[in-house]
Amino acid sequence: VTRGPADIIAAGSDITATTGTGGDVTLPLPRSLSRLHSLPWDRGQRDRPLTRFLPRSIELDEPPLVHTAASLFKEMCYRYREDLMAGIIVAGWDRRKGGQVFAVPMGGMMVRQPFSVGGSGSSYIYGFVDASYKPGMSREECLSFTANALALAMERDGSSGGVIRLAAITEQGVERQVVLGNQLPRFSSP
Amino acid sequence: MVTGTSVLGVKFDGGVVIAADMLGSYGSLARFRNISRIMKVNDNTVLGASGDYADFQYLKQVIDQMIIDEELLGDGHSYSPKAIHSWLTRAMYSRRSKMNPLWNTVVIGGFYNGESFLGYVDMLGVAYEDPTLATGYGAYLAQPLMREVLEKKPILTKDEARDLIERCMKILYYRDARSFNRYELAIVTEKGVEVEGPLSVETNWDIAHLIRGFE
Repeated sequence: VTRGPADIIAAGSDITATTGTGGDVTLPLPRSLSRLHSLPWDRGQRDRPLTRFLPRSIELDEPPLVHTAASLFKEMCYRYREDLMAGIIVAGWDRRKGGQVFAVPMGGMMVRQPFSVGGSGSSYIYGFVDASYKPGMSREECLSFTANALALAMERDGSSGGVIRLAAITEQGVERQVVLGNQLPRFSSP
Repeated sequence: MVTGTSVLGVKFDGGVVIAADMLGSYGSLARFRNISRIMKVNDNTVLGASGDYADFQYLKQVIDQMIIDEELLGDGHSYSPKAIHSWLTRAMYSRRSKMNPLWNTVVIGGFYNGESFLGYVDMLGVAYEDPTLATGYGAYLAQPLMREVLEKKPILTKDEARDLIERCMKILYYRDARSFNRYELAIVTEKGVEVEGPLSVETNWDIAHLIRGFE
């Protein structure tokens, strides 16, 4: 999940989950990018049913703040930390602070970041994102940064793969995109 | 779970200084490199935490609310560092006794009624005060250095205390594999609380050239 300049958020995820401890069956599940409200988005890993229970709409004078959405996740993830296993990234746009990315890792802390990665393949791409990320990227740069990061992770991580689902979040709303398996960015290979 | 490493504290003539690096580790991964592990409690008190960061955020939330509620009372009183330390001791011991500890080791530093305060509380509810304090690896690596300085000169100036802390942070960065070269310093005096950061230590690796066997 990346935050662009004029407050554009690019969020992406792959679509696989593995069943059992052997990890050799993949289920192409519809989505792990869930819409929380018309604007803030959540990208959850692991416990899939959890991300379906959490989205709810909040009636306020203004659309909910990204911080608020993230805090709701944090409250639940911290309170039930012994019972839950979920690493969450909440990204969205609000009128006060524009585009924002909040990480709620396992354990239930909450921190705002310029960009965030998580999930099983994320370990392989920390170096890539640290080297490539620049603050103030354009919408296209953010989307390709996100797609490239995911493609690299999917290449190396046995538990990741399939297609990339991208979402660009702005003041105007959310625009989804899919990068299919045969269209993925390619890098060096033997 | 995301954890923080050592917190250091040193008393000086007219106040206290505490320091902690800005890293949240996820096992061996240096995951969050720009988080603050120090909180300002009120104008007399600061608190630094090592251990679980989510539990520190929870403590911060509870303490911030306590301070707000006290402000609303409007009785002219503010919590002293000793009072915060005492409360925290009981709170941490209570959680440990319910077999659900707050997985933190906390250093509380403050200046109140002309006296410096430096206290320690851990997840078991063990609590004590000392002119120098360190949690985690700091207890093994930094505490001996801090005590050696104070043995020679029991009362330090603010600058001497700061220099000692900086020297200790450098050594911790060299030797603690879960440390990071970016830290915050909080100084409490009668003037109030000042949190400086992010700071970094100057490192000297010349010794590497003297080591045989890696040519």
